[in-house]
Amino acid sequence: MTMSVAMTVNGKAVSGNVEARTLLVQFLREHLGMTGTHVGCDTSQCGACVVHVDGVSVKACTMLAVQAEGSKVTTIEGLAASPEKLHPMQEAFRENHGLQCGFCTPGMVMSAIDLVKRHNYAVTEEIVRHGLEGNLCRCTGYHNIVKSILAGAQAMKAAGV
Amino acid sequence: MYDFAYHKPKSVADASAAVKKASEGKLMAGGMTLIPTIKQRLARPSDVVDLGGIGDLKGIKVDASGVTIGAMTKHAEVAASADVAKAIPALAKLAANIGDAQVRNRGTIGGSVANNDPAADYPAALVGLGATVHTNERKIAADDFFKGMFETALKDGEIITAVSFPVAKKAAYMKFPNPASRYAMVGVFVADTAGGARVAVTGAGPGVFRVKDMEAALGKGWSADAVAGIKVPAGGLNNDIHASREYRAHLVTVMAKRAVAAAG
Amino acid sequence: MGNVKIGERVQRKEDRRFLTGSGRYVDDLQLARVTYAYFLRSPHAHAKIRKIDTSKAAASVGVVQIFTGKDVAEAKVGGLICGWVVKDKHGNPHKAPAHPAMAADTVRHVGDTVAMVIAATADQARDAAEKIEVDYEVLPAQINLAGALDPKAPQVHADAPGNLCYDWELGDKAAVDAAFAKAAHVTKLDLVNNRLVPNAMEPRAAAAEYDRGTGNYTLYTTSQNPHVARLVLSAFVLGIPEHKLRVIAPDVGGGFGSKIFIYPEETMLTWAAGKIGRSIKWTAERSESFMTDAHGRDHVTHAELALDAKGKILAFKVDTIANLGAYLSTFATAVPTYLYATLLAGQYTTPVIYCNVRAAFTHTTPVDAYRGAGRPEATYVVESIVSKAAREMKIDSAELRRRNYIAKDAFPYQTPVALTYDSGNYAPILDQAMKLADYAGIDARKAAAKAKGKLRGIGVCSYIEACGIAPSAVVGSLGAGVGLWESAQLKFNPTGNLQILTGSHSHGQGHETTFAQIVSDKLGIPLDQIEVVHGDTDKVPFGMGTYGSRSLPVGGSAIMKAADKIIAKGKKVAAHLMEAAEADIVFENGTFKVTGTDKAVPLGQAVFAAYVPHNYPADLEPGMDENAFYDPSNFTYPSGTQICEVEVDPDTGVVDIVNFVAVDDFGNIVNPMVVEGQVHGGIVQGVGQALLENAAYDEKTGQLISGSYMDYTMPRADDVPSFKLGYEVTPCPHNPLGVKGCGEAGAIAAPAAVMNAVRDALAAVGAQDRIEMPATPQRVWAAINAH
Repeated sequence: MTMSVAMTVNGKAVSGNVEARTLLVQFLREHLGMTGTHVGCDTSQCGACVVHVDGVSVKACTMLAVQAEGSKVTTIEGLAASPEKLHPMQEAFRENHGLQCGFCTPGMVMSAIDLVKRHNYAVTEEIVRHGLEGNLCRCTGYHNIVKSILAGAQAMKAAGV
Repeated sequence: MYDFAYHKPKSVADASAAVKKASEGKLMAGGMTLIPTIKQRLARPSDVVDLGGIGDLKGIKVDASGVTIGAMTKHAEVAASADVAKAIPALAKLAANIGDAQVRNRGTIGGSVANNDPAADYPAALVGLGATVHTNERKIAADDFFKGMFETALKDGEIITAVSFPVAKKAAYMKFPNPASRYAMVGVFVADTAGGARVAVTGAGPGVFRVKDMEAALGKGWSADAVAGIKVPAGGLNNDIHASREYRAHLVTVMAKRAVAAAG
Repeated sequence: MGNVKIGERVQRKEDRRFLTGSGRYVDDLQLARVTYAYFLRSPHAHAKIRKIDTSKAAASVGVVQIFTGKDVAEAKVGGLICGWVVKDKHGNPHKAPAHPAMAADTVRHVGDTVAMVIAATADQARDAAEKIEVDYEVLPAQINLAGALDPKAPQVHADAPGNLCYDWELGDKAAVDAAFAKAAHVTKLDLVNNRLVPNAMEPRAAAAEYDRGTGNYTLYTTSQNPHVARLVLSAFVLGIPEHKLRVIAPDVGGGFGSKIFIYPEETMLTWAAGKIGRSIKWTAERSESFMTDAHGRDHVTHAELALDAKGKILAFKVDTIANLGAYLSTFATAVPTYLYATLLAGQYTTPVIYCNVRAAFTHTTPVDAYRGAGRPEATYVVESIVSKAAREMKIDSAELRRRNYIAKDAFPYQTPVALTYDSGNYAPILDQAMKLADYAGIDARKAAAKAKGKLRGIGVCSYIEACGIAPSAVVGSLGAGVGLWESAQLKFNPTGNLQILTGSHSHGQGHETTFAQIVSDKLGIPLDQIEVVHGDTDKVPFGMGTYGSRSLPVGGSAIMKAADKIIAKGKKVAAHLMEAAEADIVFENGTFKVTGTDKAVPLGQAVFAAYVPHNYPADLEPGMDENAFYDPSNFTYPSGTQICEVEVDPDTGVVDIVNFVAVDDFGNIVNPMVVEGQVHGGIVQGVGQALLENAAYDEKTGQLISGSYMDYTMPRADDVPSFKLGYEVTPCPHNPLGVKGCGEAGAIAAPAAVMNAVRDALAAVGAQDRIEMPATPQRVWAAINAH
């Protein structure tokens, strides 16, 4: 069943015709050519596909594109104000070596931002580690991801984002 | 995944009609189980009826008698509700530990209850607190609702509208997660309710079940020691690479002890 | 970004693109007129294919073409190869059964490829694949490793009788037996080294293009070594001449060994792209990765250690059965032999060692190198038995290790298992690790834990690894089909900026930063004037790729050699420009100077002069572009000690890592930030093996039970703590950077460190010998409660 779908992605109105079975992540990657959101598993566990829908983190592999009709979607491509001016959380990952191969990174950063906001910037190592239950990383051993998020939380608070 | 027809009705009546009309219709709440199932081609619905457009199904109401949660209320909303946390803290805490943050942002109480995954958390809360499932057709006591693995008392076209939980004197939920999936390998919900002590177990068996021996013991005196010596028979329990029947039976006792202690 | 020095914590050049979603992984590529492939896979571990009927599938919407194993066989596509010949104890080469890219008449593991469907969309390809009718005659399968060599076991290959690939040995058996006869104490140990699934977060993917006009093929693939992939596909499998096949490995999302190998899928895609004249794309679903990425480890071992009364090790013997799976993956034969038995001396002066390895075929996914490759298995055996001996002899386990360490003045040190260790100083590493771990305070912490009903344990692991792989002549004499040197090209542009072309490949290791950093230091060029180019066989010189912690010691050394050539040529140019003798020119901080004068020519000026040679030495070629190949003279030998402390909850069997210390000697360190990241990641992969991960098969059907993240326990952030790291530095004496490699150390040492801690905790209840990896809650609980 082909349907039309319209939503806002990173502040821009977008629309397209999709099969009902089209996942949000497929819509982003294949229809919009926004390949920053990744797919790392088929059981909704790795979190490489995490985006924000209406302000909260969701797994774009476990949501139909048509379910996002009318929603505001933010992806990793939509975080930085410019290529030079990264979001504080992106900057924190860079400064703290919170990424290696980069594949889990978009989902990790999107989850991290939601986690920090959900806890009103007051995150601890324990909260961060538990809060990353839905994101897998095989490279970093999480050590520097946790460090990045703790630093990123401070930076987000300071920047008021 | 196979393609299907997608519907997003505005009312429960329309949703019920749409799913009844379809040859292989499926209701979708948060989609946290349905979408992965369709993705892996383990289900092939002709029609998916999305309940996400029905405003009536959302929201939390708390009064002296208890907590009523609309079927399409997300786990994250229950977890974050100060009212729920005040009335039944164990329920808010349970919701805060379902799946991961992204599951909690999409998954709903109605979807979880209707799906009745044997390792889901909510069924333990419903049975443990003696909740009532409200549908578009009737009210069903939690004890009568869950019918074994992925089976419930729901009929075709019957849609959960809300779940109401009576306030308990005290309650707690202790989950031992499956190390890989993080679903409950054993989860025990204990509550001291108006109708007596209740102990509901999820994850261990083919569906949520009560442990009457523990309830009787807690009825005589609420303490961790009261349940420490009570073992559920391993025979009917789940058995997999992560936990044998015997280990699960053992964990039921350990988690029950810890839940009773946590309830205070 | 200005000039940087070796040793600085330089932030990574590659991060900005990864952090903004601008990385380019294979699945991100958008190819013109692309089609999509889906591979129909065997649901059976062992079956004959009686008949395949593709007629219904061929008529399915969107289908372009379907190929089966018969088509592949008829087109005379060569089988996949194993690139390392291991000779058995009688001098005969290992059994090398055919490994067709697609099964023609027999399937040998669940997931074996049976048909390839090419369609307009990925969903359509899969829809069509479901309409292929395969008539299988299901045969008995041999899944379990321990029983694979039983004469009555189902046979995987007719040309490998008894499922034996080789029966191989290393060391002096008679000398070992004699030493055991005189031992005051003998410790015996049986171990299982659990099978792991690599699980790089980016699933394998490939995209192939064929250009009718030129006859050129391009394969984009998730590879750690694109030139090796091209060589294998060209010379052995597809017969496409090397110069007509371009292999590109763009951004690759982790490898850990699993992306070294040449797999059926990219082979089929390349071949089929030529057949249909269109580009084809394939990306593995995670469930396919579980079934088909080469797995790691999977040994069953019996070991015995002989000691004198003071705990000095006299001899060591090891008997191992190693699982190779259903087919030989690209380097499978080398892993349980030359990368395993050669490491059995560990950090110790063990005078004599004997190791026997029998490698078996089973009806399971092929097994090959996974982070550490053979060395974690060796370390697990050595360090488990040393700790067990210490417990039995009532000697502190750190102290027993110290008594047996090779002394710092004994290097170069010839072990009884072929290797010559180049450098090391083990005791200070242990001292530092013990301090960081508060080893002295463990008894008090054990008592405190006991008071709250918990069991505390501490575990030490002193590891050695041989990496910086590898001296070509040495590996050649041992059966390697390739040389293991590395290439580099330093290509200046007339405007003074520089491209470093390297044959190694970064899939998370940060080469774009580290390689730029060493050149910035050496040549005095700002970091942002340097670009590292890798992963494209049409751009970079032939190179061997990245694995075995080799990129910096071997690839980095090649870069340093090329930089030396640049300096040498620059001196000639500068001497000419300054009208001085070449012998009087020195190069400092990016500038050529005439000794004893204030005359100076910056490197950039020499580069410009080389490209615009109006005033230039008559006998010198223009241009500033130097190639180098570096073949190491020895392996490098990183070493270190990890100490892990755990707390076990006896009620549930849960093991909680409460402290984890790693002190390493990686030689000189170029970028401490990157090195720490490598150690962290390695440790967690090792912790995963010790506590969480296990590729579990149904022993009857051969289905991979832990075939998704629902059942395969990947380490998550809340499974591990933050780590305490430390370093000792003994520079590698035989490469220009003095570096040893750091990519695998964490994964090599952690399993033994964790398990020694678990065993120490369980010793309080007498359960220390009843636990195997992974020490899951269920297993720990069962060990405590077994009577």
